Amino acid sequence: MTGKLLTINGLTKAYPGVIANDDVSFQITNGEVHALLGENGAGKSTLVKMIYGLVKPDAGSMTLNDAAYAPNEPRAARSAGVAMVFQHFSLFEALNVAENIALGMENPPAMGQLSAKISQVSGDYGLPLDPHRLVGDLSAGERQRVEIIRCLLQDPKLLIMDEPTSVLTPQEVDILFATLKLLREQGTSILYISHKLEEIRTLCDEATVLRGGKNVGTCIPRETSASAMAEMMVGTRLSPPQKAYKKLEKTVLQLNGLNLSPASPFGTSLKDITLEIRAGEILGIGGVAGNGQDELLGALSGEAKSAPQSVQMDGQNLGHLSPNARRKLGLLAAPEERLGHAAAPDMTLTENAMLTAAERENLQSNGFLNWTRSRSFAEKVIARFDVRTPGPENAARSLSGGNLQKFVIGREILQNPRVLVVNQPTWGVDASAAAAIRQALLDLAADGAAVLVISQDLDELMEITDRFAALNEGRLSAPVATSDLTVEKIGLMLGGAHGMEVAHDTVVHP
Amino acid sequence: MDLSAINPIVLIASLMVASTPILLAAIGELVVEKSGVLNLGVEGMMITGAICGFAMAVETGSPALGFIGAALGGAALSLIFAFLTQVLLSNQVATGLALTLFGLGFSALIGQSYIGVKPPTSATLILGLDAMVFVGIGIIAVTWWVLKYTRVGLILRAVGENHDAAHALGYKVVLIRTAAIAFGGACAGLGGAYLSLIRVPQWTEGMTSGAGWIALAIVVFASWKPWRVLLGAYLFGGITVLQLNLQAAGVKIPVEYLSMSPYLITIIVLVIMSADRTRTALNAPAMLGRSFHASN
Repeated sequence: MTGKLLTINGLTKAYPGVIANDDVSFQITNGEVHALLGENGAGKSTLVKMIYGLVKPDAGSMTLNDAAYAPNEPRAARSAGVAMVFQHFSLFEALNVAENIALGMENPPAMGQLSAKISQVSGDYGLPLDPHRLVGDLSAGERQRVEIIRCLLQDPKLLIMDEPTSVLTPQEVDILFATLKLLREQGTSILYISHKLEEIRTLCDEATVLRGGKNVGTCIPRETSASAMAEMMVGTRLSPPQKAYKKLEKTVLQLNGLNLSPASPFGTSLKDITLEIRAGEILGIGGVAGNGQDELLGALSGEAKSAPQSVQMDGQNLGHLSPNARRKLGLLAAPEERLGHAAAPDMTLTENAMLTAAERENLQSNGFLNWTRSRSFAEKVIARFDVRTPGPENAARSLSGGNLQKFVIGREILQNPRVLVVNQPTWGVDASAAAAIRQALLDLAADGAAVLVISQDLDELMEITDRFAALNEGRLSAPVATSDLTVEKIGLMLGGAHGMEVAHDTVVHP
Repeated sequence: MDLSAINPIVLIASLMVASTPILLAAIGELVVEKSGVLNLGVEGMMITGAICGFAMAVETGSPALGFIGAALGGAALSLIFAFLTQVLLSNQVATGLALTLFGLGFSALIGQSYIGVKPPTSATLILGLDAMVFVGIGIIAVTWWVLKYTRVGLILRAVGENHDAAHALGYKVVLIRTAAIAFGGACAGLGGAYLSLIRVPQWTEGMTSGAGWIALAIVVFASWKPWRVLLGAYLFGGITVLQLNLQAAGVKIPVEYLSMSPYLITIIVLVIMSADRTRTALNAPAMLGRSFHASN
């Protein structure tokens, strides 16, 4: 358990206008799980990309096992024993598991042998996987297994994991941790990137905290409280969102046996979804990505049309109406993908404000657009939601993820919706922006709107929702009051761990 | 009307000859599209190959050297496309259309002194079929084998499926795509030369007359599968030859309807093929037509 594996010395990387990493130094010892903590934009991704050879540092050096280490491409990093599991999976949907794994190896054996080896390694580590299945048909947890096994087949000395649990159910997280602990026992070091503090406290031996590209300190996670680590990460104290007392009124939105087939080949069909939301209520819908979240948002926003009576608002049939007709009646939606779905990347904020608010904010008359009013509406959103941008004439693409997210959510909230549907409202958003967005959703519900929050972040759902339902393979469970729930119960509602419980018992301890 | 004048064996042989140009161009374009690039300049590369091959064969007196020249000419033109779209990141659709227009004009310029010239005749093997017919089938077989069973093919498919992931794994996306584009250009050039050296055989301006566009349609018809390219090309060639035979046999349908029938049937088949939207999307390379720019 002793001996330095990787030493990072003064790594610096600057991009035009921003210093992503500023003189970062730390060490990883053999057989430890080392956490890299930080907010979005703190420079974690840039740092690991330098370790993995995807980005060249401007200054600084690294040593691996007492030898100078300066990979100029991932291939060099892999042959030096460094492997990486990406946050956004670097997989190919139309290829099968074995082909995906072969692509990540330097000298893959013939396909037949490789398949046998995959089955063997996946059995050894309790991560069952069929080498011949198409990756597009796998769940998020199974896709991650593909990435992990791809790394394990190369016997890495250092395994880098970038936010590995963000797409997993709690049970899948347990299984992943069991695998990682097994690897640690075998002497593999793991660099574990996350901003989930409780996870780091249960798993990691040491933590390095980045803020604004600088190393602001290290700590032993087991001996440090989560709130102390959060303060190191953010630099200030965060106040949790406040739930106001509210009284629930009559049902506003109803889904009656909604069925919908997907628009894309790897999409999920919605099966017999029934729910109702009352005014003043926040209903949370949890579930692992790819279980019908995008399709549900589409069915509600009007992008996908369904039978007229399957979507009802105030007793009126909406299923056959277009998005604009639904907006007019007060059913608004903010989809997950900020760039390209919620906002047009190359259009200005004024133009983006026009795109969804034209109907309700009277930004048009007789087909003519009133840009002055659209601009002042955009300015209102920017001011009210603290969107950091030079002005409404900037392109949506130029905003950071958190700021654009505040803009697209704020744009819908300020239109005074009867019902607001949001998908992953704080995905990839830093902690302070996330807190602001959650507070805004709570305020909106307190003012009497019905809010439907689709999210994969269970902590978020526990924090702000009144009732919770789980979406699993296109089916929706019956909603349960959030106050009666624990994270374990939610995990079971999410459909268990996709058949992973069996594997859990067969983990081999060599 | 005398249908007995149509000899089935001659019909099949002439079908194979008629479909070889589009078969060659289509298998090249299939490889290009598998790598995630949409090159709409097939017509331009074909006609450039047609004149390059024709000039080379006339000057050297050797049809084989002519075909080599055609492949080089087509590949050279496609490298302009590769430079514009892969290095300068220009729009693939617009650049491809420009390549077609450029190729048509450029070939007319080179071809000024070759109008009315007779090319050297190629040797025939059996049933009046020349070697290129079998070379075309051979290219299809090799392409199928490479795409399905080799690492090069796997990397090519991966680049077309998700270029960001391929880049993250350390594959050189731009280099791989450039190689695919050059292969596509060479195949289109061979197809063009087959028209000017064997099928017609002489040089006239704009002699490809839409064959490049048919080749593009056949790639979609084939759902990006090599053997189906053969099927699609023979289907199209078969209808072309059949309508010529029907005209000769004096069928009492206006000639215009018969000549438009291959194109009409192509459109109908494409509509039927793409009726199931999800299945078409499943076969198409996911990155088709999207520019790649390494973001770090």
